[in-house]
Amino acid sequence: MNLLLVIEIFVAAGVSALLVRNAMTTNWRDAGTGTYVGFGMAGLLLLAVIHYYFKTKYFPVNPDMPEGSFFRWALQGLVIFGISGWFFREFGKAVGTEGSRRLFRSMPVTASFGVLTILAYAFVALFAGPIPLSMVVLVAVIGALISGVTLNVSGVTAMRIGYGITVVLTATCLVMYFCGGLAPYGEAEILPRANLLPGGNAATGGDPAHLLGTDQIGRDILSRLIYGARNTVGIAFITTCLAFLIGGTFGFLAATLGGWTDQVCSRIVDALMAIPQLIFALLLMTIATAWAGSNGALITLYMILIIAVLDSTRVYRLSRAVGLNIVVMDYIEAARLRGENLIYLIFREILPNATAPLLAEFGLRFCFVFLTIAALSFLGIGIQPPRADWGTMVRDLGQFINFARSSPLTAALPLMCAGAIALLTVAVNFVVDWMLHQSSGLKG
Amino acid sequence: MPDKEMLVKVRDLKIEGRAGEIWTQIVNGVNIDLHRGEVLGLIGESGAGKSTIGLAAMGFTRDGCRISGGTVEFDGIDLVNASAPQKRSLLGRRIAYVAQSAAASFNPAHKLIDQHTEAPTWHGVYGRTEAEEDAVSLYARLRLPNPDEIGFRYPHQVSGGQLQRAMTAMAMSCRPDLIVFDEPTTALDVTTQIEVLAAIRDIVDRFDTAALYITHDLAVVAQMADRIKVLLKGDEVEEADTRTMLAAPREDYTKSLWAVRSFVRNQKPPAPGNEVPVVSVKNVVAAYGKVPVLHGIDFDIHAGRTVAVVGESGSGKSTLARCITGLLPPLSGSVEFDGVALPADYRKRNRNQLREVQMIYQMADTALNPRKTIREIIGRPVEFYLGLRGEAKRMRVEELLEQIELEPAMFIDRLPSELSGGQKQRIGIARALAAEPKFIICDEVTSALDQLVAEGILKLLANLQDELNLSYMFITHDLATVRAIADEVVVMKAGKVAEAGPKNVMFTPPHHPYTGLLLSSVPEMDPDWLTTLLNERGIDNIGDAASEKVG
Repeated sequence: MNLLLVIEIFVAAGVSALLVRNAMTTNWRDAGTGTYVGFGMAGLLLLAVIHYYFKTKYFPVNPDMPEGSFFRWALQGLVIFGISGWFFREFGKAVGTEGSRRLFRSMPVTASFGVLTILAYAFVALFAGPIPLSMVVLVAVIGALISGVTLNVSGVTAMRIGYGITVVLTATCLVMYFCGGLAPYGEAEILPRANLLPGGNAATGGDPAHLLGTDQIGRDILSRLIYGARNTVGIAFITTCLAFLIGGTFGFLAATLGGWTDQVCSRIVDALMAIPQLIFALLLMTIATAWAGSNGALITLYMILIIAVLDSTRVYRLSRAVGLNIVVMDYIEAARLRGENLIYLIFREILPNATAPLLAEFGLRFCFVFLTIAALSFLGIGIQPPRADWGTMVRDLGQFINFARSSPLTAALPLMCAGAIALLTVAVNFVVDWMLHQSSGLKG
Repeated sequence: MPDKEMLVKVRDLKIEGRAGEIWTQIVNGVNIDLHRGEVLGLIGESGAGKSTIGLAAMGFTRDGCRISGGTVEFDGIDLVNASAPQKRSLLGRRIAYVAQSAAASFNPAHKLIDQHTEAPTWHGVYGRTEAEEDAVSLYARLRLPNPDEIGFRYPHQVSGGQLQRAMTAMAMSCRPDLIVFDEPTTALDVTTQIEVLAAIRDIVDRFDTAALYITHDLAVVAQMADRIKVLLKGDEVEEADTRTMLAAPREDYTKSLWAVRSFVRNQKPPAPGNEVPVVSVKNVVAAYGKVPVLHGIDFDIHAGRTVAVVGESGSGKSTLARCITGLLPPLSGSVEFDGVALPADYRKRNRNQLREVQMIYQMADTALNPRKTIREIIGRPVEFYLGLRGEAKRMRVEELLEQIELEPAMFIDRLPSELSGGQKQRIGIARALAAEPKFIICDEVTSALDQLVAEGILKLLANLQDELNLSYMFITHDLATVRAIADEVVVMKAGKVAEAGPKNVMFTPPHHPYTGLLLSSVPEMDPDWLTTLLNERGIDNIGDAASEKVG
């Protein structure tokens, strides 16, 4: 009955759009009927969303059993993210060098939101816990050194920008040094009160000191969520870099040398890729766990190596394909005839022309690695407790989802961890999409 | 032909192109009148807006371009403001387009005849069966071999010249009133080109089709067009009847275009018999895998001389260059440099041997690394071979840039994408010079360039030769270039040397039959040239067919 009504409404909207079509001018004139039906449907959907949002908020059916809170949070999140992305882009357009401003002008809101999110994750990951003073000094010294070197390579402007960035970074580090980390408690710190509910309201079983409550053995969930950024994102980043080092090196070697090198490398990669990745990873992790015994750090190290090798097969495929396209160019032939060695060929002639597709792949690969780590941790063989990790946290807090009707905030706890994973994945993809669009030269 | 009715009327056409967010005008008010059955030639250098105007005459602009002013009328229909469905009913049916590269324009996944019949069946001109029958008759008309069968091949199974004719047949499929030909023979050899030209002219006459013929080759347009319009940077220079235009061009620019082909360098006297040649190719036999390509090539190149190697594509010219550079080690025979045999494989040559033999490529776009600045591109061989660094290296790079007549301060920090085609080719020359070689292989270095620019490059190469006593091996299929720059000529056919000798001997009769065929296939500025040639040889005796008979 309801379905029929919905269909009828859509059809009516489409027909009315068709009528509107005649009145439209130039740009709309050539659009097909489907376009109008689509616009009609989208408009109706928007109306339905707004209606549901306010109905559940102000006229709940049963005040004791709140309804639609997840829907409202999602919608609020969407709006907030959109606005923050837009503001970040406006900020980028107004501040910075001519080059960076042009970059921001060419960005869609999705990409600027992606960049903002990635920066926020990096910030949280770096400053989750207290940082040592030596790190502040290190940032200042390395920044100054790099800026100094750029003077010779890229000129005075680049050096000024370098020093500017160094000053900002050092100042941030210094502030964070005195603040002593973002997380209010340690990631493995066990506090006296376990099973506190989130919300910080003492009347409903919470504690203002623990905004998101504590878990079964009394660890602060907010702190663990913040530390999770450092562990999950950091380990995923290291793993991806390693995968690119392995896959990229062999891929370019295979493309440049060809012949036997190519055959051997490619067949090994084929063999590795023939086994479903997650199952293969599980298998290897089982072996690795047996080797490592109860040493949690060693298990994590094995996991990094295993995932890096498995993912490097995909990187190999891409860098070999990209490399092959570049190797046939005349400038490579010219360099070979000049007598250049392999290292020069790969790093100075091929790599600069392969950066765009490789960077895009880096973004995507990072997401896959990140998800694999979370999946392995969820299954209990990834990052080991007491180290906080989002995958493990989803598993630990998973049963709270049963309280969705009575206490939405409690049920949201595992969703926050999962959402943190999802948000970063989406953000990275936004940026990658934009970069691919830029490098492929597609316009309009 | 004022007696025929007007078909295309373009008035004050202005087109803008977008670079980033800025729109700049690239066509500044061009007028075109084209009557039914008439052929108008549009000529000019690249960047003159020829193709843009040709497409605009069909009511179409490329992405990033827009018509900003003026009118385009086709048979009374306003194409600028026509709606998409209206244009759809015209394009393919009454207006057709033949692109420069047929190989890139055919869909490689479908058979020729399927692509041919798409337009007539879609427009409802013919049913599928009739369209196929018509395709076969058009293939026969265009003298494609096996017209009954050739349509059932895929594009990659057909040669370049045949593909170009198949594309013309496809454009003809609905018997359009107007065809726009965009450089249809630029990518072809002289012997193949003549075939396509004859076929196009025949079919355009036969069906009384009007055509816009876009090209940068004056001799070609002289054969094809009734009237010629000269364009320069989006402006009309002049327009006149073909014969008037050829005999008495009014504007200076047109005269300069006409004069390009007159650059000829004096032939140097042959080297003394006892002089050791710089490069000596001795009985080189080479093959790709099991496919033999070169069958015993022998010739010498002396100091300060230019040897032009000519022949059609597939004759083994470029393979020969690969043998000399060592990229393709020959099966037998050797390449001697200053009397000493070079190792066959370039990997086994020492740095000095590599330095002495340099190469300039046909496509400057792919020969320069797009991510490196001119400073890095030219600086690398300077540093690599001569060990210069820092200030000394910078000085040497600037000196080289001056030698190739580019202002160092302006160009040294640019990327290749910020240069024009001719400038890129000059950078390629500078990179070769940076190694301070004795011998340079020039692989079709001017074939991708406009005539005026190509002439500049040839003059530069000639001056550098006089200055530095360089030896060139000049690979080309353009006999005008040979006439301009060569001292000696080697004619290659199917991996063998058909004839070799000093230029003056080669260009005066009696010729070896194949040399004669190549020479007589080069279009001349005389508008009656093609007609005369066809009368002499007969339409079945030109191009590939003739080439096979001679071979």
